[in-house]
Amino acid sequence: MAKQKIVIDPVTRIEGHLKIEVEVTDGKITDAKSSGEMFRGWEIILQGRDPKDAQMITQRICGVCPSPHAQASTLCLDDAFGIHPPDNGRLIRNLIYGANFIQSHILHFYHLAALDYVDITAILKYTGNDPGLNKVKSWAKTEVDSGRPAAVAPFLPRLKGDYISDTETNINCIAHYLKALDMTKKGHEMLCIFGGRMPHEIAIMPGGVCERPTVDKITSYLYRLKELQSFVDNVYIPDVIAVAKAYPRYFEIGKGCGNLLAYGVFEENTEGTEKFISAGVYMDGKVQPFDPSKIMEYVKYSRYSSKTGLHPSLGETVPQPDKKKAYSWLKSPRYDGKPMEVGPLARMVVNHLQGKNAMLSKMVNDTLNTFNAPVTALFSVLGRHAARALECKLVADRCAEWVMQLDPAKSVHTKFEIPDQSTGKGLTDAPRGALGHWISIKNKKIDRYQCVVPTTWNASPRDDKNQPGPIEQALIGTPVTDPENPIEPLRVVRSFDPCLACAIHILEPEKDVKKFRVL
Amino acid sequence: MALTRRKFLQLVGGSAAAVGLSNLWLPKIVEAILENPNNPPVIWLQAQGCTGCAVSTLNTAYPDIAKVLTEIISLEFHPTVMASAGDQAIKILEEALQNQSGKFILVVEGSVPTQASGAYCTVGEKEGNPVTALDWVTKLGNVSKAILNVGTCSAFGGIPAGTPNPTGAKAVSEILPGKTMVNIPGCPPHPDWIIGTIAHVLLYGLPELDEKLRPVVFFKGLIHENCERRAYFEEGKFAPDYGEEGCLFQLGCKGPISHCDVSVRGWNSGVNWCCRSGGPCIGCTEPTYPDHEGAGLYGLLDKKSILGIPWKKAEADKPKKLVKLI
Repeated sequence: MAKQKIVIDPVTRIEGHLKIEVEVTDGKITDAKSSGEMFRGWEIILQGRDPKDAQMITQRICGVCPSPHAQASTLCLDDAFGIHPPDNGRLIRNLIYGANFIQSHILHFYHLAALDYVDITAILKYTGNDPGLNKVKSWAKTEVDSGRPAAVAPFLPRLKGDYISDTETNINCIAHYLKALDMTKKGHEMLCIFGGRMPHEIAIMPGGVCERPTVDKITSYLYRLKELQSFVDNVYIPDVIAVAKAYPRYFEIGKGCGNLLAYGVFEENTEGTEKFISAGVYMDGKVQPFDPSKIMEYVKYSRYSSKTGLHPSLGETVPQPDKKKAYSWLKSPRYDGKPMEVGPLARMVVNHLQGKNAMLSKMVNDTLNTFNAPVTALFSVLGRHAARALECKLVADRCAEWVMQLDPAKSVHTKFEIPDQSTGKGLTDAPRGALGHWISIKNKKIDRYQCVVPTTWNASPRDDKNQPGPIEQALIGTPVTDPENPIEPLRVVRSFDPCLACAIHILEPEKDVKKFRVL
Repeated sequence: MALTRRKFLQLVGGSAAAVGLSNLWLPKIVEAILENPNNPPVIWLQAQGCTGCAVSTLNTAYPDIAKVLTEIISLEFHPTVMASAGDQAIKILEEALQNQSGKFILVVEGSVPTQASGAYCTVGEKEGNPVTALDWVTKLGNVSKAILNVGTCSAFGGIPAGTPNPTGAKAVSEILPGKTMVNIPGCPPHPDWIIGTIAHVLLYGLPELDEKLRPVVFFKGLIHENCERRAYFEEGKFAPDYGEEGCLFQLGCKGPISHCDVSVRGWNSGVNWCCRSGGPCIGCTEPTYPDHEGAGLYGLLDKKSILGIPWKKAEADKPKKLVKLI
């Protein structure tokens, strides 16, 4: 058997620093390791600070998706302070967060994932009369003709692969890539109307928000939203279907661990007990209720000397860069001892099977009917893209209702006092999946703060029982046509929309892959 | 090169009524580009960042990001947008090291961890061993034409360098003292500051910098100087809680110590900005961010720091004004 090790470093078009090593046997991945390659020590930096600082500092965990951290952190502080935002505060948080969902999902498909499928060089074959596309064509031609090594950067060079061959589909997707740049910018403008700025919204606080709804802000938000809804309905969803039709085998690739976890997101009542997208667990083929006490973090293969098997509310973060056998800066969160996939796929499948949201189930069924596929086909690369696109529409349509529920005459914020001692948890679902923050407060300061972020679930290394993480499992079984150009594993990794930066290199078959070492 | 108005309008798509940046610079950018067929190469390296600076850059209004990429710069390496990956991507960095000395602009996003020999952040591998961000910044920085430190992390250390700085995170200026560089702080920086600084470097060379290496054109003033809530401050009318009318000073606003022009420029195509939205300024452009000498993001500024700032030099002679705000 011809065995080969492949390391990809950096995995680009994701957020952050992650590395992936795979072992390929006879053209298929037989083993995979996923490693987070950056540590900043956020949880250590938060200790001793004013609890209010948490919802600003935790946003800087990720500049692509800061709003989820603002949301989780304010929910966590609300819980610790014993307060709830008034309706306006809750709705504005949903509108801010909804705008982030819409922006993030569009950005992921067009700007992070699409270049794995779309043949960008098709622009040279463009014969139409769109001035924007003709400008891009003439730029690309000048670049290609210049013969310099980095011509047409950042779109070339790229891995060799089976890109879409139909010119019209390619040109459409290139046009929509450009249009989507404008749309994501508008999504951030929507967010900024109530959030004060983006990335890193400023107007969110425990107890609600700082910005008040006025009729000009409501209309300004609503009419930007209408443009985005039109884009999602008429461009984004059709493009996902077009890509799916060009790559039907990707309904079979990248299945993953088969367990799904959603914390639920978008509060629909004051206490936060009702959510627009519900919490739930899918395990052993059936949906179960979610129990937060079943979350534990393991560190056998993570570069930490802290205790393993702790609940995040008791979590510890003591880095040990040279720890033997450890290969990631990510811990391994497990639910009831099992690896869990989180993200749009988890939310859509769990909610579909719960059957509580009729519109959601109809969208899922319509999509499955388009491909004449069973619900299990969603456990795949294409299933993740489809779930993300459907969720984008679902959230956008709901935002149009929330914005009309705002009452300019009412308050946006509930006053609070920081307690001397308290604990709190904030569980929500980010565009990339289940997100939890846990705090304990002593002497009005942060004593302990732990975050378990979506990509820690998805890109986690092996746990103490040597169970691979969800991305590792999704990679195993993936075909690799050309080890010099490992485009298939990259498609699998990117379908999870990971939020860290990674690596895959090709090594000589007989040579060992050298382990991480401190220089 | 002379441009007729008609040609110019064709080139910019009739977008002259945009934010200040386009009116000021775009005609000259277009001229510069027409004279120089190859856009100057830019290598964008990410260290201990959050990609927020990159995402902020994507939000540039005029010129939009597609025009930046096709008309102004050649973005040869950028982990978040580039098609390439793995070794193929790393080769671009190695090519720059070997053959592009003095020709490219290096953008650094994120602080640089220095403890454990830089092991807290690695980008790619060489001969099977991870290469640290510290190594890339040092080597590429040394052969770059100039370095742009985009964001407070690479400019001043930012949150990773906040107390107790567990990874030894440093600003690029601490790694490569004396090297030609510009700091564009902000968490994140406004896209106009980033694109505007690049445009300045291309058109006129390095912009005028203050002692903290910030372009004076964007960072000269304080938020407080042009804050639309300033009248409340002068009247002593302070917001009692979040989401209420009044100056945000007593909610911990850092406007009096924060250098940038966002109070007049506005965020996200100008639709809102920090203090207008009721969110107290958190001083994200400052070297003291996020500690602010013990005040944190929402602690009240003390009398000393208020008196020590430039706009207060004249005010210091009039202590009755100060009594109200402390």
